[in-house]
Amino acid sequence: MSVITAENIRFSYPGKPVMNGVSFSIEAAEMVAVIGPNGSGKTTLLKMINGTLFPDGGRMLIDGRETTGWPRKEMARQVAIVPQETAVTFPFYAEEIVLMGRFPHLNNYRFEDKKDYRIVREAMEKTDTISFAARRLDELSAGERQRVLIARALAQEPKILLLDESTVFLDLKHQAEFLSLLRQLNAVQNLTVMFVTHDINLAAQHAHKIILLDCGKIYAIGMPAEVITAANIREVYDVDVFVDRNPHDGSPRATLLTN
Amino acid sequence: MVENTPKTGYKRHTVIEEEIPIYRRISLFRVLHISALMIFILLALSLVAVSVGSVSIEPGRVLTFFFGPLTGQSPLSSEEELIICSVRLPRIVFAGIVGAALSLGGVVFQAILRNPLADPYILGISGGAALGAIIGIVIGAGAFYLGIPLLAFAGALATVFIVFMMAGKTRGPLLDNSLLLSGVVVNAFFSAAILFFLSIVNSMELHSITFWLMGDLSHASAREILVAALCLLSGFVLLYAQARKLNLIVQGEETAEHLGVHVARTKKWLMVITSLMIAVAVSLAGIIGFVGMMVPHLMRLVFGSDHRLILPVCALFGASFLIAADTVARVLLAPAELPVGVVTALCGAPYFIFLLKRKRL
Repeated sequence: MSVITAENIRFSYPGKPVMNGVSFSIEAAEMVAVIGPNGSGKTTLLKMINGTLFPDGGRMLIDGRETTGWPRKEMARQVAIVPQETAVTFPFYAEEIVLMGRFPHLNNYRFEDKKDYRIVREAMEKTDTISFAARRLDELSAGERQRVLIARALAQEPKILLLDESTVFLDLKHQAEFLSLLRQLNAVQNLTVMFVTHDINLAAQHAHKIILLDCGKIYAIGMPAEVITAANIREVYDVDVFVDRNPHDGSPRATLLTN
Repeated sequence: MVENTPKTGYKRHTVIEEEIPIYRRISLFRVLHISALMIFILLALSLVAVSVGSVSIEPGRVLTFFFGPLTGQSPLSSEEELIICSVRLPRIVFAGIVGAALSLGGVVFQAILRNPLADPYILGISGGAALGAIIGIVIGAGAFYLGIPLLAFAGALATVFIVFMMAGKTRGPLLDNSLLLSGVVVNAFFSAAILFFLSIVNSMELHSITFWLMGDLSHASAREILVAALCLLSGFVLLYAQARKLNLIVQGEETAEHLGVHVARTKKWLMVITSLMIAVAVSLAGIIGFVGMMVPHLMRLVFGSDHRLILPVCALFGASFLIAADTVARVLLAPAELPVGVVTALCGAPYFIFLLKRKRL
């Protein structure tokens, strides 16, 4: 059964249509990349999946159930999102931030117990953030902060993990580690992963399926080789690219052509 | 600042096992034992406050009066007993309640506005409550039970609404000063309106002008103190249930939403509870500024930002702080008295400037 199903979704912010008849379905344990130019509706799509925005028309189903009317906590146990940035006005420690990922699993009066701390520790080990667990978030670099946020999402123990440009602040080493972590979670724990990115090659290399959005519509959806074609990219991004095969793993590779 | 982590700026890639020490992690035990410490401070301060004044009574004798053996003669003269039981003690209890309510108000507004400078006074919420109370007195709402506190509540809630309209839908930290500027203007308007009403009514029913403008803790009756205590207590219990949600809301509203908080609903609820607590405090004690800004800020510096700890600690320390300020106000020019708001503003305003310059917690 598909975990995420979008049925003819329409959505607009006041005076600005963002989504115009989007339909797709995603199976459990798929790794999906969402690409498209700025303003094509990528982030909006993620927010619909985790039920913080609701379609004006059409239906969004998670596990076969419509997102409208889900209690927030229940949704947060299913779907976690790693945002681009976070507010750092008040001095929380990195470990406390990750601990917040346990919120949907606890009631309002319960304090976190050993099990929660174990999950938090595992999440921090996976993201290589243990070394600054006791540092304040505002003292960390953007990349370190991003990894803490990823750890928080993992502490939520979601079935679906959404990532909004989560690799942009990471250096090469942590990008590589993070992507292999994602693949591992995806393969071993059957986590469904959906990530928004501007990096077409990253999408082509790591995703099973790519959704190419253009002006609130799905321009193309399918295997990387089907979606990443010179014709599609030219049509959607209005740039010329040269597409060949990556000699390392055979995934499509786009090279930007400039004069 | 509790800063026991070494600066590792140049060794970022060496892996050091650093964890928050177990004793600093949030737990029921930590909340309870720090609260116990704060209660101890509160009681010690109250003992000093009871003892000093125009007639000073040694703390030892006060202690024997309260806790000594019931046999034999009271260690205090009947005059001293009267001073303690019907003048100083009610006033101290009342100061504690008002201080706690204002501090809790500060914590909540700082969290939902994500601005460490927010305070019921600076944002104009206290002014709104005072104006509501005065309008109530002018139109004779005092004839109805709780008529005046209810109008103060309406005034506070209306001001909260204005503040949030000003704050708009900004996503990031609301450190920008338009919020504070709006507070200045709202405050100027409210104090003008308050002075206007006070000068057209000139009735004996109205307390002195300083009561409304600088706060005064000497007027509350026993029954009013009881009502205020009940409001504070139920308000605290309701707020405490939201403590973890406050932690998440501080991370940004979208983040809180993603992690499972119903933000709009929670915010409304928090605003209603805190407005009620502030309205009760203001309608009985007048406007006392800066407590709600200083206390939460100091407590966050010492105890971190987890609201499950910060809420009780701020309530207790806020109570101690206002009791101390009121004692200073009583004693400094004895037998004359200063309005307590003078004392809080004299320490609060410089602190505010200091924070404004630093712009970082």
